[in-house]
Amino acid sequence: MGVFDFANPTRFMNFSARVLPWLWGLAALVLAVGLYMAFFTAPQDYQQGNTVRIMFIHVPAAWLAMFAYALIATSSIGTLVWRHPLADVSARAAAPIGAAFTFLALVTGSLWGKPMWGTWWEWDARLTSVLILFLMYLGLIALWRAFDDPGRGARIVAVLALVGAVNLPIIKFSVDWWNTLHQPASVFRFDGPTIHPTILWPLLVMALGATLLFVALHIAAMRNEVLRRRLRSMQARAARSTIAARAVA
Amino acid sequence: MTAFNALMARELRLAIRLGGGAMMAVIFFLTVVTLIPFAVGPDLNLLARIGPALLWIGVLLSNLLALDRMFQADQEDGSLDLMLMAPLPMELSVVAKVIASWLTTGLPLTLSAPLFGMMLNMPPEALGAVVLTLLAGTPGLTCVGAIGAALTVALRRGGLLMAILVMPLMIPILIFGISATGAAITGPTPFMTPFLVLLGLSLGAFVLAPVAAAAAIRFGLE
Repeated sequence: MGVFDFANPTRFMNFSARVLPWLWGLAALVLAVGLYMAFFTAPQDYQQGNTVRIMFIHVPAAWLAMFAYALIATSSIGTLVWRHPLADVSARAAAPIGAAFTFLALVTGSLWGKPMWGTWWEWDARLTSVLILFLMYLGLIALWRAFDDPGRGARIVAVLALVGAVNLPIIKFSVDWWNTLHQPASVFRFDGPTIHPTILWPLLVMALGATLLFVALHIAAMRNEVLRRRLRSMQARAARSTIAARAVA
Repeated sequence: MTAFNALMARELRLAIRLGGGAMMAVIFFLTVVTLIPFAVGPDLNLLARIGPALLWIGVLLSNLLALDRMFQADQEDGSLDLMLMAPLPMELSVVAKVIASWLTTGLPLTLSAPLFGMMLNMPPEALGAVVLTLLAGTPGLTCVGAIGAALTVALRRGGLLMAILVMPLMIPILIFGISATGAAITGPTPFMTPFLVLLGLSLGAFVLAPVAAAAAIRFGLE
């Protein structure tokens, strides 16, 4: 049984119904452990004091903001190449969740920036590129909502998502060229992380917990979307049979 | 190539004769430039300093406005369906429309920029730099705009939505256009680096746009 077996919506619904409660539980557990570590075992930063704890929300949110777009782009390839309805459901379900995590990254970044940089908003390269990512999420959602028939909009939005995926690295690069204040990457580096393990471990646990939460939310949103589409086709069928009955009478 | 040429000639004729689409963008650009001193005050030194940015933003917005109906009008009267069924691939039809659209909006906007720049008290070398960078950047803006126009062609009211979708994608072109202009005017940074990146962005958009726009039109009209 391969990955593509789950592409069957009915099989997906059965499988996800069994998996979802476990996912919720696991996400809650890992997040609880991560939050405990973030608040109690992680030390204060010698310069930033307690504000450094914002990082344990900020960094996972920023990571998921990018992960969700990658998921949308991958699903869009599925929509365009295999024309699979579940790929579109996956992309559509991921967009609002991704937008929410992007918003969370922006807000926590702003709250962190006020005590550290002395301003709520700074036109720094990373902040700006995350803001642009947020705008692109909103654009995707707006385009989806503009089509009254979900099937028709699916592939058009997939084209936009892929154009965006090609453009995002270019935007990132140009904005970096334009202005830089944010600290450079410090977790994933060739010479090993520069963060002390007492802070790195809570961060990794929080990142794992947030990712589990994202997966659970995503699957739940996909289930809702599948149900919404079934309801829609049932309503259409009911409306047709009413008209047919009237025509006979 | 005859179909390609015929399509381009048709687009050019339509832009010049019908509703004066070509001139409309330039007039809109002039209006935007006229509004700015009312917003920031008639201080000539300030206007000269922010002049390149104003011209670039003005051209970007005017170009966007003109592109809104790039495929919409053809979709309404059915010629877009004919283009889809024609032996000429839709990608090449998009290329023809993009070139024609640039000739009738991007180029006139670029050529009118120095005149409006003089009204903003910009020195001659700054005017030259703006024209040069606009000449390199406007084809890219037109290409990216074409993608947006194609994505919204199936919608009855796509205008504002198209602008929202397209403007984030135009940011790299704006950044490198402005940095090349700045490098040419005041610079310590070299001019060629951002200018070459700007050219690269335009060329890249010229490759990506026909494919993406043609795909979006096919899906939209099914």
